[in-house]
Amino acid sequence: MKERKGLIIGSVILIIIFIGMLIKGEPSKNIMVWIAAILTLSIYSFLYRDNIFYKFAEHLFVGVSVGYSVSVVYQNAFIRRVFDPLFITRTYIVEGQFHILPFLAVVIPTLIGLLMVSVFTKRQAWLIRIPIAFVVGSYAGMSISPSFQANIFEQTRSTLHIALSISSFIMIFGVITTLVYFFFSKEHKGFLGRTANVGIWFIMIAFGASFGYTVMARISLLIGRMNFLLYDWLGVIK
Amino acid sequence: MNVLLAILFLMQQTPDSLSTDTVEIVRPAPPTDVIAMDTPNDVGGSVSVQWEISEDDGKGLNNVILYNVFRGQSEEGPFDYIGTVGAGRTSYDDQTVEKDKVTYYYIVKAQTKEGVESEASNVASGKAAPQWFHHGRWNILILGILFALFFAFYIRMAKGKELFIRKIAGLDAVEEAVGRSTEMGKPVLFCPGIGYLYDIATIAALTILGRVAKKTAEYETRIIMPNYDPVVMSAAQEIVKQSYTEAGRPDDFNEKDIFYLTQDQFGFAAGVDGIMLREKPGAIFLQGVFYAEALILAETGHSVGAIQIAGTDRVTLLPFFISACDYTLIGEEMFAASSYLSRDPVMLGSIKGSDAAKVAIISVILVGAILGILGGLNIGPFGTWFQSLVNWFGRG
Repeated sequence: MKERKGLIIGSVILIIIFIGMLIKGEPSKNIMVWIAAILTLSIYSFLYRDNIFYKFAEHLFVGVSVGYSVSVVYQNAFIRRVFDPLFITRTYIVEGQFHILPFLAVVIPTLIGLLMVSVFTKRQAWLIRIPIAFVVGSYAGMSISPSFQANIFEQTRSTLHIALSISSFIMIFGVITTLVYFFFSKEHKGFLGRTANVGIWFIMIAFGASFGYTVMARISLLIGRMNFLLYDWLGVIK
Repeated sequence: MNVLLAILFLMQQTPDSLSTDTVEIVRPAPPTDVIAMDTPNDVGGSVSVQWEISEDDGKGLNNVILYNVFRGQSEEGPFDYIGTVGAGRTSYDDQTVEKDKVTYYYIVKAQTKEGVESEASNVASGKAAPQWFHHGRWNILILGILFALFFAFYIRMAKGKELFIRKIAGLDAVEEAVGRSTEMGKPVLFCPGIGYLYDIATIAALTILGRVAKKTAEYETRIIMPNYDPVVMSAAQEIVKQSYTEAGRPDDFNEKDIFYLTQDQFGFAAGVDGIMLREKPGAIFLQGVFYAEALILAETGHSVGAIQIAGTDRVTLLPFFISACDYTLIGEEMFAASSYLSRDPVMLGSIKGSDAAKVAIISVILVGAILGILGGLNIGPFGTWFQSLVNWFGRG
C-alpha cells in the first residue's frame, strides 16, 4: 500500500515536471523524435521494475535488430562474398582465362556454409559439426599470429622500455608478479603464494583504474541520451 | 541599317581592346617517378603506389595540400579517382583492387587548396598478389615453434599421468549454484556474451557450458541459454545435447531452451534482462565475451537474487563483474577452468605448456631488465644487446 502511494506521488511529480518542460521548452515537431523519446523512456522504466512499456520496447528492439541483422548478413555475406564474386565481378576470370583456385575459394566455403542448414533436418543434423569445426579451427589458427603479436611481443617490448627509475621497477615487478598469479601448475603456497598475492594487488589496482575510466565512458552514454531528451525532444536545453 | 552599323562596330574591336578580366590558373607541379607494386606480406587485393613529391610541395610555390590517386584498366585511361593522401606523403595503398594478378594503371595528381590539380604524373602499372609468408614475422614463427614444443611436451606427459592444476576459486561454486537453483525450483541461465565462435573466451565458455549442462541434467534442472550468434547457438545446442546424453538423460534435453535472441548488442542486453526478470533463474553464468552490456546484465542478475558466476578475458569489463557477481574467473583463469573441468589430457597439457611459456617470458623480462640497467650505466656492450632484444620483440 505504502509502495503504491509512493508510486502515485512519484508519477504525479514526474507528469508535472514533464508538462512544465513541454510548456517551458520548444518540443520537437518531428514524430520520429517523439517515438524515439517514448521508447527511450520505456527502456528507462526498467529502472523501476519490469512493466508493459519495457516489455513492448524490449520486444520491438529485439525484433527490429533481428530484421536489421538479417538484411546486413544478406548484403555483407551472401551478396558481397558469394553472389558478386560468382556472377558480377567473377573473380575467377582473369584476363579472359578461367582460374579454378579463385573459383573454388568461393564455392567450397559456400558449400560448407550451406551445411549449417542441415540442423533443420533430423537425420543429417550432425553435418553442422563440419562448418562449426571449420570456423573454430580456421579462426583459432588465424588468431595465433595476432595474439602473439599483441599479447606477447607488444607487451614484452613495452615492458622492456625501461629507464633507471622507480616507475620502471614497479612496472617490471608488477608484470612478473601478475604473471605468477596466473601460474596454474603449482599450488599458490610459500614464496609462489606470496608473489601471487602481490600480483593480485597489482591486478586489483589496475581494475580500479579501469573501473573509473569505463564508468566515465558509460556516463557519456547517459549524457548523450539526456541530451537527446532535453535538447532534441523537449527543447529545454538551448 | 542599325544592324549593319553594329556589325561594323564589332569588327573594329580587336581582342586587345576587349576586357581581359580572367584569373590566371597556376597549376602545381605534378608528382614524379610514380611506381606501383604489389603490397608485400598481404593476402592480395592491394597495390602500393609510391611517388616523389611535387616540386611545389613544401617548397617552390608551396601550394600543394594533397595528392589524388587515380586508377585505370589501361595505360591510356580513363582513370577513376580512388583516394587521397595529404601533402608530404609519398605512398598510397589501393586496397580496393578487385582481382589479383591483373595489371592496373595508376596516375597521381597534386592539388592546391583552391582545388586546382596538377597535370597527371607518369603512368605506373602494378598487379596485386597474395603471399604465403609474412617475411617480417619470423620472430613470431620462432617463438610459436618454441611454445608449440612446450605444449607438445606437456600434452605427451599428460597422456601418461594426470597433471596437477591448482584449484580455481569459483569453479567449486558451479555445483553449488546449480544445486541452489534445483532446490529453489528455478532454472539456470547461461549467457555466452556477444562473442563469436572464433573468440577464445567463447570457446572456453562453451567448455564450461558442457560441465554446467551435465550438472543441470543430473539435477533435472532446466538450463536456458539466449544467444547472440547463431553459430555459437548451434555449437551450444550440440554441447548441451552431448552433456545430457553423457548424464544419461537425453530425453530431458530441450533444444528450444538454447535459442537465438538477436545480434544487436543492446537488443541482446534488453532481451536477456527481460528473461532474467521473468524466469528469475537461481544461478546465472556470464561466461564469454562481453562489452558495455556486462554491467547491465550483472546488475539485473544481482537484482533477481541469483548466484552469479562470471568469466571473461576483457580487462575493462572484469571490474564490473568482480563488483556485481559472486565469483569471477579473471582472464586466463577462465581458460584454465575449462581445462580443469574437462580433465582432458590435451587441455591440461596445454595449461602446463602455457605456464612454461610464462616462465620463458618472465626470464626474458628479467634478462632484458638486467641488460637495460647495465646498458643505462654504460657498462660494456649491454646497451646494444638490450636494444637488439627490444627491436626483436618490436619486429613485424
